[in-house]
Amino acid sequence: MKKYLRPGNFLIAAVLAWAGWLLFDWAVLQAVFRPDAAACHALQGNGACWGVVTEKFRVILFGRYPLDQQWRPLVALLLMFGLLGASAMPRCHGKRLFTAWGVGLLLVLLLLKGGLFGLDNVDTPRWGGLPLTLLLTLFGLGGAFPLAVLLALGRNGRLPVLRSLCTTFIEIIRGVPLVAVLFMAAFMFPLFMPKGWEFPALLRVLVGIILFAAAYMAEVIRGGLLAISRGQHEAAQALGLSYWQVQLTVVLPQTLRNVLPSLMNSAIALFKDTSLVIIVGLFELTGALGLAVDGDPKWRAFALDGYLFIAFIYWLGCFAMSRYSRALERLI
Amino acid sequence: MTKARPYLLQAAIIGAVLLALYGLASVVAAKMRALGVEPGFGFLWQRAGFDIGDRLIAFDAADTYGRAFLVGLLNTVRVALVAIVASVLLGGLVGLGQLSRNPLVAKLSEAHVEIFRNVPLLLQVLIVYVLLIGRLPLPHEAWQLGPDIWLSKSGLAIPWPVLTETGWLLDHPLLGRFTFTGGAVLTPEFMAVAVALTLYTSAYIAETVRGAVQSVPHAQSEAALAMGLSEVQTLRHVVVPQALRSMIPPLANQLLNLIKNSSLAVAVGYPDLVAVADTTLTQSGHAVECIAIIMAVYLFLSLLTAALMSAWHGRLLRQQAGGRI
Amino acid sequence: MRKLLPSLLLSIATLCVALPAHAGKTVDAIRARGQLACGVSTGVAGFSAADSKGEWRGMDVDVCRALAAAVLKDPTKVRWSPLTSQQRFTALQSGEIDILSRNTTWTLGRDAGQGLVYAGYVFIDGQGFLVHKRSGVTSAKQLNGAEICVQTGTTTERNLAEYARANKIQFKTLMFENLRAVLKAFFSGRCQAFTADASALASIRANDSGKPEDYVVLPDRISKEPLGPVVRRGDEDWFSIVRWTVFALLEAEERGITQANVDLIRDSTSDPAVMRLLGVSEDVGKPLALDKEWVYRMIKAVGNYGEIFERNVGPNSLLQLPRGINALPRDGGVMYSPPLR
Repeated sequence: MKKYLRPGNFLIAAVLAWAGWLLFDWAVLQAVFRPDAAACHALQGNGACWGVVTEKFRVILFGRYPLDQQWRPLVALLLMFGLLGASAMPRCHGKRLFTAWGVGLLLVLLLLKGGLFGLDNVDTPRWGGLPLTLLLTLFGLGGAFPLAVLLALGRNGRLPVLRSLCTTFIEIIRGVPLVAVLFMAAFMFPLFMPKGWEFPALLRVLVGIILFAAAYMAEVIRGGLLAISRGQHEAAQALGLSYWQVQLTVVLPQTLRNVLPSLMNSAIALFKDTSLVIIVGLFELTGALGLAVDGDPKWRAFALDGYLFIAFIYWLGCFAMSRYSRALERLI
Repeated sequence: MTKARPYLLQAAIIGAVLLALYGLASVVAAKMRALGVEPGFGFLWQRAGFDIGDRLIAFDAADTYGRAFLVGLLNTVRVALVAIVASVLLGGLVGLGQLSRNPLVAKLSEAHVEIFRNVPLLLQVLIVYVLLIGRLPLPHEAWQLGPDIWLSKSGLAIPWPVLTETGWLLDHPLLGRFTFTGGAVLTPEFMAVAVALTLYTSAYIAETVRGAVQSVPHAQSEAALAMGLSEVQTLRHVVVPQALRSMIPPLANQLLNLIKNSSLAVAVGYPDLVAVADTTLTQSGHAVECIAIIMAVYLFLSLLTAALMSAWHGRLLRQQAGGRI
Repeated sequence: MRKLLPSLLLSIATLCVALPAHAGKTVDAIRARGQLACGVSTGVAGFSAADSKGEWRGMDVDVCRALAAAVLKDPTKVRWSPLTSQQRFTALQSGEIDILSRNTTWTLGRDAGQGLVYAGYVFIDGQGFLVHKRSGVTSAKQLNGAEICVQTGTTTERNLAEYARANKIQFKTLMFENLRAVLKAFFSGRCQAFTADASALASIRANDSGKPEDYVVLPDRISKEPLGPVVRRGDEDWFSIVRWTVFALLEAEERGITQANVDLIRDSTSDPAVMRLLGVSEDVGKPLALDKEWVYRMIKAVGNYGEIFERNVGPNSLLQLPRGINALPRDGGVMYSPPLR
């Protein structure tokens, strides 16, 4: 240990401590927490202006959702958090959890959309903020997963035509940026639809996200499939099981358990990637912040503080997920 | 199960795919014609009619859409190249730093990885951009960083060599009525994309480097140290050459991601390929063609990078097999 | 699998052929539906924007309300479709909307080439420049060498490039994807000027700058932007109704008929032109297959053109625009209505 008590290290430590103190001073001691733009301007950059968050938190969290109806996205948000929390606890795992997810996500849609049970109808362009971020992530994962399994099986399968189709799809999607896929969803899908057919932008973007995530997840799952020994396939077939029976009862359960940590990484990537939908005009967390701050002359100067706040939200989500994935890895 | 079934099934799949593609193509073509747009790539030779401020080759409104795409492509390549070099250097340092036996350096490197990996890249681009245009001075009060080097809201203005009739000359930036002219200017948009791409990718590269170095058996570095090599020498002559071999495939992956991620430039108005395609498609109505061009270019860039990296990997393997470490 | 495939093929095939038949006469379709389908913007203050209660407001919105009052006898029977600039024409062509009333510039290419036709103009705009007052710039030609912020996806960047070429000056163009990004860049001083339609710039200076006195909209207009309602080509009856609705609103202003005094005037007037317009004497609705009182109902619902202008974009509104070229001819403007008789 003594080796590290060199003067150089003291210097680094001192510089770090000083930098840490400056940061603390800026973020906490000098910072303005109350929604007072004049006080924020008076800081002249010497302290953080968290007032922009206190003032705008409803727009940041819920986007353009009608103000008097915002209990609905809040409940939806809590519902999604609850489901995620339950899924993180191994003792809740089982068929019931699946049912809970199905019912829960339907409830989330019902809450946000309304139009039934006396709830006002709120159209999808007005959805936004954190609930939209989570909704895109969860529905994106839910939609991409079955597609990814099919693509992985197809690419590993025996039919050459199907194999090359799956390979082409996966490699094209993995070769292009998500922005291009989102542009496709925003500008090209409407052209694909016959006259008079129309889908809201949210649905189109979700389809784009699902296609994108499915290509990446398919490669993860395929890696897992390759790791299952040939012998198991043959043994199962010798028992007289059909192709689908072999896959569903023997191969997939093992594969999925093995690739779960890698799938978690895909989930983290998707969670971060949802921020891109702002480019095609949906206002999830990142977009909602722009909505709240960029157009408001009083608070525009403090966009940075707002961005740091939502960066912290994203960071918290990703960090928690990656830690959980590491714990999972150790369990398996 | 008869033997003919798989063939029938495959034939049916081909048929269905072709039918679906044909159906889509005819619907799209009909819709485009209804909008007064003739499907096809002919529009690339039409006059673009818009200007691109940040560019490497001459371009103005009288040039064609095709040339606009070329300007965008060069901008993509420029920002990607800068970010690739910077992120490999930074990522390498941080990756080795994570393994340092100095706890301060190790913790600091770890913090770098955990911070920049867990915040969406788009957000990092926006944060750097807001920081630049918010905190830098106006051009008239620009900070002078060196002789003829000026930093302001208009970007970093630096001297740049130009070829004239009398040979190479250094073109110095001069403050005009509004902003700097002459020399070369790195715009805040360019810097925001380059810096954010570097920070984000460096976190991933650092993890790759760490994993690769850890995969080299510990006994080897211990033996090297015991032979009297210094820590740096051990790294340089024993660990890195071996780690490099297992590092190249995941590194290639990260660089591919970096190239694709450069498309986020569109969020801050840096005129990369995607931004130019976006402007073109709203102006000309050729959405399908523009998106096809974006996809083709990125696929090509991806294949090119993959080929270069695998060639390097192959050469490295051959060299090492030949014992020329 | 064996059953799945044929049904899959069948559904793909139907997807390719099952185009819904084109709507018949637009007015019949509107009456049958009981609602006017009106395409508006996703939010342009003064022209079409939903207020905090979700109520649509603006000049373009009032045109649709007036039409609903004329055709359906109820100004509230409108279904609003917010459309982006990319979606707007497709929505009209596909029959999703009956009228596009969405600050859309009337140009030859759009009027003749795309199966659409403009029924007139309700607001004449032009592209201008917003600059920081500290720059001391008073005319667009002085902006040579300046960095100019533009929002892409419109005719704006083309007009800017043409203006620069015509005047042999150079701009450094910075293009942004959406309005908020431009606002952020311009107000933080990233660029020295911001170019867009002058009406939009006036609104931005008044509402989004924080300090209107620090910014100036330059007097130059570098393009012609007559904004007006668009309908599908091929239904002259509907086209005439829209066109004469706009004229009737102008005529009402010329005759001094307002939302407040329309009842009084109808009961007391002896001016033959006014009696005709309000359906007291002749039936001017007949050639349009409307009833006698269509103009009366429109004025009752939204007021005359001058009132619509004042309420949405005039000097006392958020946009604070002067009447200027959009005044009646007697006040030096060009908003002229042919006689309604």
